[in-house]
Amino acid sequence: MSPVTRGFHGRRREPAGAEGRVPPGQYVTDDFPVLSAGPTPRTPLEVWTFSIRQDGSTARSWSWEEMRALPAERVTADIHCVTRWSKLDTEWDAVSVDTLLGQVDHDARYVLAFCDGGYTTNLPLADVTGGQAWLAFGYGGQPLEPAHGGPARLLVPHLYFWKSAKWVRGLELLDTDQPGFWETYGYHDYGDPWREQRYAGD
Amino acid sequence: MAGTALRRRLTWQLATAAAVTAETASVSTIALELPYWPGHRAGQHLDVRLTAEDGYRAERSYSIASAPGEAPAITVERLDDGEVSPYLTEELRVGNQIEVRGPIGGYFVWEERNDSSPLLLLAGGSGIVPLRSILRHRDRSGSTVPVRLLYSARSLPEVIYRAELDRHGPGVEVIYTLTRQRPPGWTGHAGRVDDTLLAEVAWPADRGPLAFACGPTPFVEAVATGLVRLGYPPGQVKTERFGATGGR
Repeated sequence: MSPVTRGFHGRRREPAGAEGRVPPGQYVTDDFPVLSAGPTPRTPLEVWTFSIRQDGSTARSWSWEEMRALPAERVTADIHCVTRWSKLDTEWDAVSVDTLLGQVDHDARYVLAFCDGGYTTNLPLADVTGGQAWLAFGYGGQPLEPAHGGPARLLVPHLYFWKSAKWVRGLELLDTDQPGFWETYGYHDYGDPWREQRYAGD
Repeated sequence: MAGTALRRRLTWQLATAAAVTAETASVSTIALELPYWPGHRAGQHLDVRLTAEDGYRAERSYSIASAPGEAPAITVERLDDGEVSPYLTEELRVGNQIEVRGPIGGYFVWEERNDSSPLLLLAGGSGIVPLRSILRHRDRSGSTVPVRLLYSARSLPEVIYRAELDRHGPGVEVIYTLTRQRPPGWTGHAGRVDDTLLAEVAWPADRGPLAFACGPTPFVEAVATGLVRLGYPPGQVKTERFGATGGR
C-alpha cells in the first residue's frame, strides 16, 4: 500500500472505453512517442531480409518481396510502453510469426529477435506463437515509418513494447533464454505489463 | 555489455524533498533524501510514484541531474497537460515525501573510463538534465576529456543550469542555439540544429568521439541522423528521447 502523497490529486483518469484495458502505472496517450537507444537505421528494401537462425546458421530467409507475398492481416491491438504510455486500438498490417516459424523445423523454447543497429530482445517461443506476435510493416494503413521501426518491426502487444523490436531483421531460435539489450541493462526478462514487470525482480 | 549489467531488485522508497530550486520559470530541481541510495552513474534515471487519497497512482521516470557521488536530484519541467510534473514543480514543498526507486538504465551512461573519446553532448530543452550529470561527473572525477556541449533552447531565460554551464572549467565548450527568441545583440547561433551547425560543432569522426543526445524526438532524430552522416558510427551515438505527451 503506497502512502498518500500530500497535495497530489491526480488529473488523468482512464478515458471512456478504456476501463480494464490500461495496465497499472500506465496512462493513455493519443500520441505515438518514440524510444530508441541510438540513431534510426535506414535499410533499403532491396537489401532487407528477414531471417530465422538456428545453431549459428540461417534456416530460412525472406526478401522484402517474399515477405510481402506471405498472407498478411490487419491487427488491432492495445500497446503498452515501459515508459508508461499506453495507446489503444492501434492498427497494424502484419505477417503472423506463426506463418514465418511454420516454415522452419525446430524445437526451440526461446527466440532472440535481432535488429538493425544491434538491438536484441528475448522472448519465450510460447509468446510469439499461437497468434500473439507479428512482423508488422504497416501502421494506420501506411508503411511503417523508420522512427517507429520501419520498414518492419516485431509486434508482441501483450508484453511491454520494448519486446516489439524495431527494425527487426530476424529471430534466432534458442534452447535457453538469453537476455537481450534492455534486459541486460536491468529491464525485466519477460515484461508483462499487467504484472508491472518493468525491471529485473519486479 | 554484460559487464555493465545491472540486475537487482529495485524497491520503492520514501524520499524526502531536501531542497527545491527554481531553474527557470517552468523548471525546478528537487534534491532528494533517501533512506538508502546505492549510487548512480551519470546519465541514469529514477522513477517517481505519486498516490492520491483515493488510491490513484501516477508514475514517471526522470533523469538524475546530480553527479555520481552526490545525493540524487531530479530536474523537472512543468508540462501543462501533465499530472506529475505540475505537482513536482508547483505543489511539492521541502520536507514533503514522494516514492522513488532507482537508479535505472545502463546504456545512456558516461564513465570516466570512456575518457579516451572526446565527448559531444547534444541537448534539446530539458534534455540537458542527464548531460549535466555527465558534465559534473567529468569535473568531479578529474577527467580532462575535451567536451563540447551543443544546447538548443527556445530562449536564453529557458536555458536550464545556465549559471553553472557558463562558469565551466577548462576543456569544456558550451555552444547555445536559441530557436524562438534571441536577446538584443545576441551573436550566438539561432534556429534549430541543422547539418551545418552540427558539422561546425561536432568533433571530427576520425577523433573517435562519443556522442550523447537527449531531447524531444524531432531534435534527437535530427542530430543523431546528422552525426551518422558526418561519419559517426551509430554505436557511438547514444540517444534518449521524449515526446511531449506528459511522459516526463
